[in-house]
Amino acid sequence: MAEITFEDIVKPENLVYKKTDLMTDKALSYCPGCGHGTAHRIVMEIIEELGLEEKTIGVAPVGCSVLAYEFMNIDMTQAAHGRAPAVATGIKRVYPDKIVFTYQGDGDLAAIGTAETIHACNRGEKIVIIFVNNGIYGMTGGQMAPTTLPGMKSSTSPFGRDVESMGNPLKMTELVAQLPGTYFVTRQAVHTPAAVRRAKKSIRKAFENQVNKKPGISFVEIVSNCNSGWKMTPTDSNKWMEDNMFPFYPLGDIKVDGQLVK
Amino acid sequence: MGELKLMKGNEALAEAAIRAGADAYFGYPITPQSEVIEYLMAEKPYDRTGMVVLQAESEIAAINMVYGAAGAGKRVLTSSSSPGVSLKQEGISYIAGSELPCVYANVVRGGPGLGTIQPSQADYFQSTKGGGHGDYKQIVLAPASVQEMSDFVKLGFDLAFQYRIPVLILSDGVIGQMMEKVELFDQIPRLTDEEVAEKYPWATTGKKKGTERRIITSLDLDSNKMEEHNLHLQRKYKTIVENEVRYELIDCDDAEYIIVAYGSSARISQKAVQMARKKGIKVGLFRLITLFPFPAKQMQELCKKGVKGWLAVEMSAGQMVEDVMLSVKGCAKVEHFGRFGGIVHTPEEVLRALEEKIIGD
Amino acid sequence: MTEEIIIAGFGGQGVLSMGKILAYSGIMQDQEVSWMPSYGPEMRGGTANVIVIVSDERISSPILTIFDTAIILNQQSMDKFEKSVRPGGVLLYDPNGITRHPVRKDITIYQIEGAQLAAEMGNTKIFNMIVLGAFLKVKPIVLLENVIKGLKKSLPERYHKLIPMNEDALTMGMKNVVCSNSLN
Ligand SMILES: Cc1ncc(C[n+]2csc(CCOP(=O)(O)OP(=O)(O)O)c2C)c(N)n1
Ligand code: SF4
Ligand SMILES: [Mg+2]
Repeated sequence: MAEITFEDIVKPENLVYKKTDLMTDKALSYCPGCGHGTAHRIVMEIIEELGLEEKTIGVAPVGCSVLAYEFMNIDMTQAAHGRAPAVATGIKRVYPDKIVFTYQGDGDLAAIGTAETIHACNRGEKIVIIFVNNGIYGMTGGQMAPTTLPGMKSSTSPFGRDVESMGNPLKMTELVAQLPGTYFVTRQAVHTPAAVRRAKKSIRKAFENQVNKKPGISFVEIVSNCNSGWKMTPTDSNKWMEDNMFPFYPLGDIKVDGQLVK
Repeated sequence: MGELKLMKGNEALAEAAIRAGADAYFGYPITPQSEVIEYLMAEKPYDRTGMVVLQAESEIAAINMVYGAAGAGKRVLTSSSSPGVSLKQEGISYIAGSELPCVYANVVRGGPGLGTIQPSQADYFQSTKGGGHGDYKQIVLAPASVQEMSDFVKLGFDLAFQYRIPVLILSDGVIGQMMEKVELFDQIPRLTDEEVAEKYPWATTGKKKGTERRIITSLDLDSNKMEEHNLHLQRKYKTIVENEVRYELIDCDDAEYIIVAYGSSARISQKAVQMARKKGIKVGLFRLITLFPFPAKQMQELCKKGVKGWLAVEMSAGQMVEDVMLSVKGCAKVEHFGRFGGIVHTPEEVLRALEEKIIGD
Repeated sequence: MTEEIIIAGFGGQGVLSMGKILAYSGIMQDQEVSWMPSYGPEMRGGTANVIVIVSDERISSPILTIFDTAIILNQQSMDKFEKSVRPGGVLLYDPNGITRHPVRKDITIYQIEGAQLAAEMGNTKIFNMIVLGAFLKVKPIVLLENVIKGLKKSLPERYHKLIPMNEDALTMGMKNVVCSNSLN
């Protein structure tokens, strides 16, 4: 039997998975096991699948995903910490026919950028917000975030978050769902293939809403891990996320087509 | 001749924004400049030219909206007064760092803190020496009339796009609130999206297949590259210093003494010069139009012509005077006269200061 | 010609708009003008004043402390601005509500019963136009026809029907201004 060569295998008919062209070839700078990479990929896949590449402008935050523009192969603007919804508003208001999204962490969106988030949502800006909630400030080395769970340890809550003195975790997604300017609000995860499929479906819906000029923001939270900040192995972090984060931040749609899900 | 109108400085600035073909204004109310957004909202610029006007939730949000839209190649502006401009500083640093064009106005009021709503020029340092973080400069235009409040919007956009730099129109409560005759320039058409994409290839207008993507950022984790970027910025600022200095000399030909002032202080000082000339004092007015770039060379030349003393007149405790000192390099005496905290000096006070501080001894 | 004027009274007396109409009239006859109001909380219910300069030349300082003419419409402003009239200058005031009348001997003092005349004409809103008429009689720095032109230019179309009434008020002011000291 003839030897099987590389060329024999790499044929279009054998293709089972292809990285989207909308991700650059640059190696991801995220920690191995981190959810950011998967979240980037599915956002870019949806933009490619919907054929939106030529009219999409993304806004990167300050946080681990500040370098999103290195990996997302589309036009991108990097915003100051917390200001992505305002930056996106500026772009969308002068280009109502283009597709604009922000990609933000929980510190960025729910602490320093709370005002920008609430007001962009309340004005019903016709943009997509992808909100990656890992319950911690990953980039700066694992400090407490507004989303850090009660009792959860971080470098600025070394004995666990004491809600008495440090305040309670903020459920920004439930909060924005109450605003008339949000059209679609959902909470997803990307730690298993099934979760990725569901998250992708939500992100597709979010972008479709914008394409179809639906009235208001589409807001997709992705509960994610930060194995480095949580000081766990990737596997342990995913397990910990299921056991601790999901009960507090339950997955599923919160508002669909402008209606709160009962 | 363009249309003649009696307008407040703030209104003239707003009208000029529409006529300059601006695509958007983002702002937040604060005295003494709220007429800018009030005028724009009442004028319905969207119906006139398609220009967008949005009242943001804060000055921070407003400047970041400007950042986003400017990064996408549009002609956008914001305006505020001192406390609000302090809030904008982070955004301005980002705009300078990522080399975006924009125009913004500060109708200065007295500080520090909440201060007063009355006129002041105490934001000179903030405007010319940084304001935000990092080694950056912005072009600073100082209107001294309602006419210039209008003209500098157009000039500001031209300079902003030529150099891809933020341009600050540094006004004050006097110029913002007073009415004067203004000749409005004719409507400049807004660029279409296609024209923007063609004219400004750096702008994030959506990546065409097979082309390089555009990234608007001020970040580079590689310090060597960041230093290179800083050097590039410094070269740009040098070009601006060489080419964009603007000023006006009044009665300086035979002047033994010179008053340096900008904005409303220049108007008041001009009256003091008239009064002094009546008394036979040979004094002239050096009115700064650009605060950055600062006309250092031009001051040195006057020094060589034998000017014996310089009086820096400003509504601050002494800010611009430092640049006058650096410019004349000890060739003649430099003194400062200022009122501050919202008090506007009178022509009589300026004349007295000239006589006492410069001529007197 | 340069005329430097302060108009001072209560907020609501039409002080600012009187200044504005005067400035507009100056523009109508190709003059340079500036209009600098006091602004801020001081205006709310309290005193309002505006400095108006009309000149054939470029105007230097829009803020002044000495004036060719002071138009004074309440007691506080009288206390504040009587002393700010240039020697040889003019002080025009409405005696209504004034308890301490001006005393200077080196300026010419005129009175106009603006409030009373406005009440007689059945419209308190034209008070400021009566006072403006009185001023223009004393200092005809702008032509009446240019005031009307200025009004037309500055008022929205829907208010143009009020112009004849304003014209009557101006004439009323011109007719009724009286000199109250014997300087000239
Ligand atoms: C004005 C400002 N304040 C603070 C910082 C420092 N900083 C950078 S990222 C970050 C937290 C980011 O956390 P998060 O948004 O949750 O993103 P993650 O890294 O967890 O994805 C902070 C505080 C900054 N860059 N700018
Ligand atoms: S620090 Fe956390 S959020 Fe950042 S890349 Fe690593 S795992 Fe991901
Ligand atoms: Mg985080």
